Amino acid sequence: MAQSLDRLRESPSQTAGPYVHIGLTPNFCGIGGVYASDLGATMVNDKTKGERIGLRIRVLDGTGTPLKDALVEIWQADTDGLYNSPAERRGTADPNFSGWGRCPTETGLCTFDTIKPGRVPSRDGSLMAPHITLWIVARGINLGLHTRLYFSDEEKANAQDPILTRIEHSVRVPTLIAKRTGDIYVFDVHLQGEKETVFFDS
Amino acid sequence: MPAESGSNHRPETGAFFQRDRTWHPPALTPNYKTSVLRSPQKAPLAFDNTLSEIAGPVFGHAMLGELDADLIHNFARPGESAIGERIIVYGRVLDERGVGVPGALLEFWQANAGGRYRHKKDGYLAPLDPNFGGCGRAITSEDGGYAFRTVKPGPYPWPNGPNDWRPSHIHFSVFGHGFAQRLITQMYFEGDPLIWHCPIARGIPDKAAIETLIAVLDMQATIPFDARAYKFDIVLRGRRSSLFENRLEGN
Repeated sequence: MAQSLDRLRESPSQTAGPYVHIGLTPNFCGIGGVYASDLGATMVNDKTKGERIGLRIRVLDGTGTPLKDALVEIWQADTDGLYNSPAERRGTADPNFSGWGRCPTETGLCTFDTIKPGRVPSRDGSLMAPHITLWIVARGINLGLHTRLYFSDEEKANAQDPILTRIEHSVRVPTLIAKRTGDIYVFDVHLQGEKETVFFDS
Repeated sequence: MPAESGSNHRPETGAFFQRDRTWHPPALTPNYKTSVLRSPQKAPLAFDNTLSEIAGPVFGHAMLGELDADLIHNFARPGESAIGERIIVYGRVLDERGVGVPGALLEFWQANAGGRYRHKKDGYLAPLDPNFGGCGRAITSEDGGYAFRTVKPGPYPWPNGPNDWRPSHIHFSVFGHGFAQRLITQMYFEGDPLIWHCPIARGIPDKAAIETLIAVLDMQATIPFDARAYKFDIVLRGRRSSLFENRLEGN
């Protein structure tokens, strides 16, 4: 027998269930007076630097029906590509931008008012294309789904992005690219089927 | 969002250990019917964490209200309290290295003592408790510890099979230090026979993994003539040391 590594194992995930909004957005679902406001409901203020954009995100099941009981969280860098996080060692992110937001999909659509992120370096130092990390939970999803939203007006950067270029079947790359109309980006997450979104194991 | 935790040492920036996806429930668990149309069918794209996964939002203790960790009182009318078995749930948030995770935001939600959620989509016969909302939150201390007070949630029937019942459980949402540590899970109660009938709990393939989600009664932590205590530890992904890696850009 060799020595033991004495490692623990990650707690297994369980679905967020149909009532995730009680815990994560209680004001939104009518439980007022417990918290002053729902966390992640507002990402920007008057002083936030960068280009204002809106995201319109839907999550669709295997029949193409939008989920109305999901919760989407997003996480992104500021306009200079810096994260508002202790793990950010390259500089100080915009103090008026948390970089994190959450939104329920009760109408079948969730919306975020945010800014377009700057570029963040990958591990080898090359710049990744601007992107927003998504984390999706819902009834019927056993382990939160991790993916990214990239931007349709960043064709050149997208073509060189180390994650997008890693996707073996390039026909699936468009599943990660939000389409721009004015200041709004529209993004559909397909949980399964022909257009299934590329989800991550990272 | 200032980093309150671990302020006297340099924040860690290493990538997280690979997630053991065989330990988690698979996406498709047909006995939990809703998963059938909501489970990805293609293999996920694997890559080592970038800063987008290594970094994560941090929440300060200052955002917490006085009753955030007291579900017995945080929705109750003044002088009143929620009905049910009074319990304290406590434990630590650790990572796979066994290190306590300070500054982790925990959010909880649950049904009331009768098994009814305060939610417009829950139509179970059991009544709402006017003094129980069902949500709470806490941020872990320097050693990763947390505690909250609540009533024990009741089991309830749910539309999956013709006669499926959820065991008593409390939902937990956890933020560690990196977004790749993000986790939602459920806490069950020691001795509940419904756990082994539950299609959601049994979606986890390994019995030993299910057992890590069962809180244990701790008579030493009870408050006599007030509340019993259950201990529930949560483990998040561990992380590699960045000492021996190529320096991240900009350092």
